[in-house]
Formats: sequence, C-alpha cells, structure tokens
Amino acid sequence: MSIIPLYFAIPLITAFAIPLLGKISKTLVWIVATVVSFVLFILALYGIALTQETSMIVYRMGNWPPPLGIVMAFDSFSAFMVLVISIIVFSGCFFSLRYIGHFTGQWKFYTLYMLITAGMMGIAITGDLFNMFVFLEIAAISSYCLVAFGVDAEELEASFKYMVMGEIGGLTFLLAIALLYAKTSTLNLADISNTISSIGMTPFFWTILGMLLFAFSIKAALVPFHTWLPDAHPAAPAPVSSLLSGIFIKVLGIYTTARIVFNIFGLNRANAPVFFNILIGIGLLSIAWAGLSALNQKDYKRLLGYSTVSQIGYIMVGFGIGNYYGVAGAIFYILAHALGKGLLFLTSGSVVHRTGTRDLDKLAGLGEAMSTTAWSYRFGALSLIGLPPLVGFFAKLFIVLGAIKAGLLWLAIIAIGLSVLTLSYLLKIENSVFMKKGKMADIKKAPFSMRIAMVFLVILVLLTGLGFQTLMDFLIGPAANALLRGVEYAQLVFGSFSLNF
Amino acid sequence: MKGMSLIVKTITNIMIGFIFLYGVYIILHGHLTPGGGFAGGVIVAGVFVLRYLAFGGSKAGEKKSSITASVFESVGALLFVIIALLGLLIAGVFFFNFLPKGTPLYLLSAGIIPFCNIAIGIKVGAGLFSIFLALAAFKYIMED
Repeated sequence: MSIIPLYFAIPLITAFAIPLLGKISKTLVWIVATVVSFVLFILALYGIALTQETSMIVYRMGNWPPPLGIVMAFDSFSAFMVLVISIIVFSGCFFSLRYIGHFTGQWKFYTLYMLITAGMMGIAITGDLFNMFVFLEIAAISSYCLVAFGVDAEELEASFKYMVMGEIGGLTFLLAIALLYAKTSTLNLADISNTISSIGMTPFFWTILGMLLFAFSIKAALVPFHTWLPDAHPAAPAPVSSLLSGIFIKVLGIYTTARIVFNIFGLNRANAPVFFNILIGIGLLSIAWAGLSALNQKDYKRLLGYSTVSQIGYIMVGFGIGNYYGVAGAIFYILAHALGKGLLFLTSGSVVHRTGTRDLDKLAGLGEAMSTTAWSYRFGALSLIGLPPLVGFFAKLFIVLGAIKAGLLWLAIIAIGLSVLTLSYLLKIENSVFMKKGKMADIKKAPFSMRIAMVFLVILVLLTGLGFQTLMDFLIGPAANALLRGVEYAQLVFGSFSLNF
Repeated sequence: MKGMSLIVKTITNIMIGFIFLYGVYIILHGHLTPGGGFAGGVIVAGVFVLRYLAFGGSKAGEKKSSITASVFESVGALLFVIIALLGLLIAGVFFFNFLPKGTPLYLLSAGIIPFCNIAIGIKVGAGLFSIFLALAAFKYIMED
C-alpha cells in the first residue's frame, strides 16, 4: 500500500466528515482537524524519506498505465512542497482554536480549511494537467469562501474582487489546457513533455506558455496582476491569511509555473534566455512596486499583503536566474517566506484578537503587553529581511550567489539593494505596534494555543536557518535537481519503478 | 393561498413521483446509458425544488431541510471517498475497481462505478437543493 494518494484523500475525507462531526461537538472538530494536519506532517516527512531512495515515485490511480489514466508523479520537489504545506496547515489549524471563536459556523471553517489543504496537496503531487486544474479550482474556490468568511462588507468585496481575478486566471488555464490537448492529444504532463520535445517549441507552444504564465501570475499575484491580494489576504481570518500568503499562492502560482516551464516545456536559460529574462523582469517589478506600496500602508495586514507580493518577486527572480544556485535559492525562499510570512500573519491575528483593530496609528505599546507576539514578529521579520543565521538569509544568499554565477552582477546588487525596502516596511510595524510607547487599555497576552502556534514557527525559522546545510543536502538540493533535470522528467514517469502491483 | 395555484399543485403531486423515479433511473443506469450520477442528481434535486416552488415554504421548514440536505451532501461525498479508499485497502491502489466486472450492458456490472454514481447522485442532489435553499433564504437574511 502506497501513501501517495493519502496526501489528498485524508484531508478530503476529513473535510466531508467535519459537517457530521460538527453536529456532535465543536471542540471535537478542532481536535480532528489538528490531529489530521499533524498526521499529514508526519506523512510528509515520510515522503521526504521515500524520495531520498528513488528520485521519482509514480502512482497510477486505479492502476491505469500513464498515458491512459491519471498518474501521481511524486519527486523531490513535490515532497518539498507537501512538507511546507503541512507545516503551515498545522500551525494555522492550531492557531484557529481561539481565533475562530469570532465567527459563526465554526465547523464550516474547518471543512473549507481541509478542502484547501486537499487542493494544494493535489496540485503538488499530480502528474496530469487536467487533474492539476481540478485541484487548483478546489483550492481556489475554498479560498474565495474563506476570504469572505467574516461576511462583512469589506470581506465580501475583497472576496468578490479576488474571485473575478482568480477565475480569469483559472479560465485562462483551462483554455490553455484545451489548446494543448488539441495539439498533443494528451493530458498527461510527461506525455505532453514528450510531444513537445519531438515537435519542438513552435510559436503555438510559446502562445500557450504565455497564457499559462498569465494565469499563474494572477494566482501568484505578481505585479501587475497583484491587485486582488492586498484586499483578499487581509480580509481573511488570520490563520487563513497565514495559509494563503504563506503557501497557497506559491503552490497555485509558483510551483505550477516552475513545474511546467522546467519539466514540461523543457526550457532552461540556455535554450530560452529571453523567457527567463522576462521572469527576472516580472520578479524585479514585483519586488520594487509592491515594496514601495507597502511603505505607504496604514493597516497591519494590508502591509503584510503587499510584502507578500514583493517577496514572491524574489522567488520569481530565483527561478529566472535558472542555474542550480538560483533555483535552489528560489526553492529555499519558498520555505523561508512560508515560515516567515506565515508567522507574521499569525502575530497579526493575535494582535487583532486582543485589540480588535489593525490600524497602525491606533496600535501602540504592545511590545511589553504581548511579549511572545512581539518576539515572534521580530524573528519572522528579521528572517524575511535576511539576517543571519535565520532561514531568510540563506535563501537570499543562494539567489544572490546564483545571480553572480550566471554573470548577472547587476541583478545581485539590485536584489540586495531592494532588501532595504523589506527592512523599512517591516520596521514600520515594529515601530508603531511594538516599540512605540503608548497605552492601550488592559491588553492581555495572546491565548495559549496561539502562542504555541507562533513559537512552533519561530523554532522552525531558527532550526531551518541553523541547519541550512542539512536542508540543502536532503531537501532543497534534490528539489532543485528535480526541476533542473528538465524533460528527463518524462522518461522517469514512464520508465520508473512503480509501487503498484 | 400559500404557494402556487391549485392546478400547479395537483399536477406537481402527480408528477413528482415519476420525476424522482426518472432521476433514480438515470443514476442507476449511469454506466450503461448517457447520464449518470451528476445528471440524475440534478433531476432528483429538481423534484425538491419543484415541490418547494409549488407549495411554498416556511422559515422553519427551510432551516430543517437545509440541515438534512447538508447531512446528505456530506454522506454522499464521504461514500465516494470511502469507495476510493476501499480500493486502496483491498487491492492497494487508490480508486481500484475491486468488485467483479460482470457482463457488459447489464445493470449489475462495471464493478464500483454504479456505487460511485450513487454517491455522486446523493451529493449532487443534496448539494443543488441546498444551493437553491441558500438563494431562497436570502430574503430572510436581508430581513434580519
């Protein structure tokens, strides 16, 4: 028995069981959801161990062989994404216990939360293009509902805007799939890759690649398609903001882009320099534009939303550099940003939980009143800024190293220089919320479960930073190699050892 | 008078059983004829919508039906995932068709596919009806 289908089957079955369990007890729902997310975390660690032995595990759904049936292609990059998803889902789930008390229909929250998890897990491990679209829509539709979970005017407006933009992206993806299917007569990613290798990159395929890049840029909120994110992510409940900013946009936008560009279309810096320069250009534009916008914000979570857009730009620059260090840096950045930004949104949750406001002008003096939250914020922020020995430093280091190795010295200098933007907008929150002297009437410490969730992420930020060499060897390096082996992906899917019998 | 005219009510009363039966027929013959779980589920949901439109509803009744509908929706989805997981437990492959396939074109054939269709039928029927109820309950939400 293989564990690969369990990654999305367990959250799915939990999601559908929760409405029934919710009729018995609300605490039971939270316990089940937390235990399930912890089980997913353990399974993800086991998945990492599996990919150390074989570089690609192919799972045939219903035992149909690859071009006919749907396959799950589980390689090191998938294992890495699954691990990051499960970490953020677990901490968010733990955090939700007290936070979600603000809302009605609490068990519905966990149904949607588990559906979003199932969707993301599915995207990360599927080896079929249409299957990817279905999981993408499962995750996206659940996220529209979760953004609107508070059903106030602000949340509904944000959700509607997000839904319109997101569906433009989703439907463009569907159109691209239809065109690709018309040309290649297959939906299997490996088979598409084989067909493209034999035909060559014709203008038709370039058009499709452009459509896919457009669709995924909307999902990843890259400038100029980012306008929904600063509305949607702050409007969601804090654990969901943490999930959406931490990992959701990376799975739906970045993972899909990287997988399709490197493994399916088989592009690399040598055979498509213009395309990779475009990726770098989009990335730099995102970093600068969203970073400058973040400086102007007066809302705790909205500032973090813009910061997310800006940080996603770094990941795109890393993939755009396209050599081993660049790609490894981008993958490292996915981890660093997931931990850091997940943590920052959780601190915003506990601040909102205790004070009831997100306005930076009204918040003051929380550094002493909520010391755990304040220190969690500092660790998360310092990691994102890139202070050694936290994880964000090594992520940035590898991207810069990749730029220098690729002969793009100007890019390395700009990437380091733009970190000043990150520093200045994150200091703005530190300054006005935690450092500024001021009195807010009787603020208590954050509830215990929230502190546990934040401390869990702080420990991970520290540990992943200190143990970066081990991470490089066992997690990031294999994941980068999985992307950089290009169209060899197809041979591995068709010819690899299969766990089925 | 609550609901629609007497003519509509009478005809609804006569037709409702046939429509429901037709929906069930479409679900059960999903592996043999066009249609299947989704199409049959829509027809079954149509029965409840028709009944609601013809006879009118009350706030309390709507709340009760929406709870029942959500239970059935969860059960349908759970059934589908459990069938898929049974394949994993029995034959070691997710979604494996572990039942005997039978003779083609007979009602009892195609292994797990009829059962998947039934699960989808329950899920879609209950789901569409709860969407309808949510739209109908909108007026109460606006009044509150």
